[in-house]
Amino acid sequence: MAQVTKDSPAAAGPLLALRGIEKHFGPVQALYNVDLDLPAGQATALVGDNGAGKSVLTKCIAGIYQVDHGQFLWEGRPVQVHSPRDAARLGIETVYQDLALADNLDIVQNMFLGRERLRNGLLNEDDMERAAAQTLSNLRVTTVRSIRQPVASLSGGQRQSVAVAKAVMWNSKLVMLDEPTAALGVVQTKMVLDLVRRLRDRGLAVMMISHNLNDVFEVADRVAVMYLGRLVVQDRASAFDRQSVVEYMTTGTSGRVAGDGKEKHGPS
Amino acid sequence: MARAEAPEDPTASAEAAAIVDVPPEIVAQSLGEWFRAWLTRLRAGESGVLPVVLGLVIISIVFTAISPVFLSAGNLVNLFQQSAVFMVLAMAEIFVLLLGEIDLATGYTAGVGGVIAVQLVQPVTTKWPWWGAILAALLVCALIGLIQGTLITRLRLSSLIVTLAFSLVLSGVMLILLGLGPFSGYPGLLGQSPNIVALHKLMWGTIDPTLSWIGMVVLVLIVGGILWWSDSRRRRSGLVAPPASLTILKIALIAVVSVVVVAICNINRAATGTLAGVPWVIPIVLAVLAVWMMLVQRTRFGRYIYAIGGNPEAARRAGVNLAWIRTWCFVLCAFTAGIGGLLYASYLGGMSNNFNGGQIVLYAIAAAVIGGTSLFGGRGKMLHGVLGGLVIGGIYNGLYLLAIDVQWQFIVTGFVLLVAVTIDALSRRSATSGSAARV
Repeated sequence: MAQVTKDSPAAAGPLLALRGIEKHFGPVQALYNVDLDLPAGQATALVGDNGAGKSVLTKCIAGIYQVDHGQFLWEGRPVQVHSPRDAARLGIETVYQDLALADNLDIVQNMFLGRERLRNGLLNEDDMERAAAQTLSNLRVTTVRSIRQPVASLSGGQRQSVAVAKAVMWNSKLVMLDEPTAALGVVQTKMVLDLVRRLRDRGLAVMMISHNLNDVFEVADRVAVMYLGRLVVQDRASAFDRQSVVEYMTTGTSGRVAGDGKEKHGPS
Repeated sequence: MARAEAPEDPTASAEAAAIVDVPPEIVAQSLGEWFRAWLTRLRAGESGVLPVVLGLVIISIVFTAISPVFLSAGNLVNLFQQSAVFMVLAMAEIFVLLLGEIDLATGYTAGVGGVIAVQLVQPVTTKWPWWGAILAALLVCALIGLIQGTLITRLRLSSLIVTLAFSLVLSGVMLILLGLGPFSGYPGLLGQSPNIVALHKLMWGTIDPTLSWIGMVVLVLIVGGILWWSDSRRRRSGLVAPPASLTILKIALIAVVSVVVVAICNINRAATGTLAGVPWVIPIVLAVLAVWMMLVQRTRFGRYIYAIGGNPEAARRAGVNLAWIRTWCFVLCAFTAGIGGLLYASYLGGMSNNFNGGQIVLYAIAAAVIGGTSLFGGRGKMLHGVLGGLVIGGIYNGLYLLAIDVQWQFIVTGFVLLVAVTIDALSRRSATSGSAARV
């Protein structure tokens, strides 16, 4: 793999670096002092057991929740993310598990929902259709019969692809995928993982929440493990094996040292 | 089926099912292909406008068999006029049906609008100019919609209950408004005052036969020209577009229907003397249809209506202001109902306590659903209101023609609504089982 950037993320610094993120809901502390790096051109898998705080962390980055403490460093500069609009302005897009597609609308209409292009106050369908077709072909999403078919008629993988394409249309730099393969069969999963690779190869930072360690090791360049609201370890994927990831997920620590483990943060 | 790209997906059965899901006009490259795709969809239960066309044919056959008068020019024009009320009310209802909501007060909103206009132009009392009366009636209707919409969206009340309550309230208000003024009986639209004549002519005014022909030709040329120009531009730039032969077929269909309608209207339908020409109400309905079609299908506002009807959560995340759009839909629904009320008042030459808004709203909903609009939201078009209105108008007209007693009219209304709802639910079920939905 001749990808120089992949092994030297420190050279340019991560696209988004979270430092000391804390979040609580009333008396319940959901995130403790989370440090997470999301470098451009790499797919980072965020794994953890149910209730580990993956979704809360994702929603904090997406601007749905506001963090109580901690810093967002976007391309090295400190930024504030108070709303989904702030996140969108930076170039952060999230594909939630439910995909948020309107079944009755077609692919083009879904991809432009909320950001329709107008001409003389009316919808500029031709322009939107061209742009949507361009994005889909860039991502090599070619299995759909027509981009004017309603989303209801698409397969699970195609729907996921449309949701991802919708997210990357807006010159986004960081795409977060929440369990993108959870409901998919083997072929559809492969299709979505290929898509994740293409996003990464186009220089986007990708963060993928997943329960499926097969998918994680298939596609992720980096792995970050959460345990009870803490980010217990993050490192290159080659530094882990399945056993160590499972141990981190279930106990927050691992007796095994699969790689050099230079970035490990053991729970204090 | 021609396919732009070879599918990577090896699940052949899923591909076969997808043929059913995709509207034929999207993938067909020629008329033959389009027709075959349409047949496939038809067999799979995706019927489109077929129920409406079938309904019209059945109604025509049944009523003509019973009463030969049904297909006479005079009765057909009368049928257009009666249908106009249902068409406009169905279009009103479609605004809220697309959201997955319902408005049961549409009938009495129309009633209140009609009474206000009729009262305001009375020469012995208020003497308003006809346009002022129409404006006032429509504004009051819009205000009714605003109140209902606000209650439903801000207080999160059920639209079914709120509009049911308003239906009762408005029927009372209508009776109070009817009772105002020094009239024996109720205020009417019979008289020589120019303002009264203007309101009466909404339904009964006719366009000179020659002018009707000229207007029709111009209209068909404009509509056909726009259709042809936009379709061929999309074909040239490689966008999804129907084959040229289909565009021509559509334009030809519009032209034939227009010629038939104008030809029927231009037959002398008076028992003595001459009464011929296209009634004003036809261009009025076409104008309402054109404006609302534009709003619903070509603007951001319309796109958001469909998005909310399809997946409110997706719309919310896309930054759509749900409460705002929903409220406006109720306003537009009530406003359009007001237009229907004006037409009704004009048709009957006044308003009386015979106005049965509870029955009319059910006809309107049935018209929208028979036309192909779903009660579950997200699926439907303004055109469905016009087509369904014609079916309901046909039933209404036929029953009156046969002098059927009012109790049987109630029963028939009920059954029509049941049939419409059943068709909707069945098509929805076959759609979800095949993971498809029509827009």
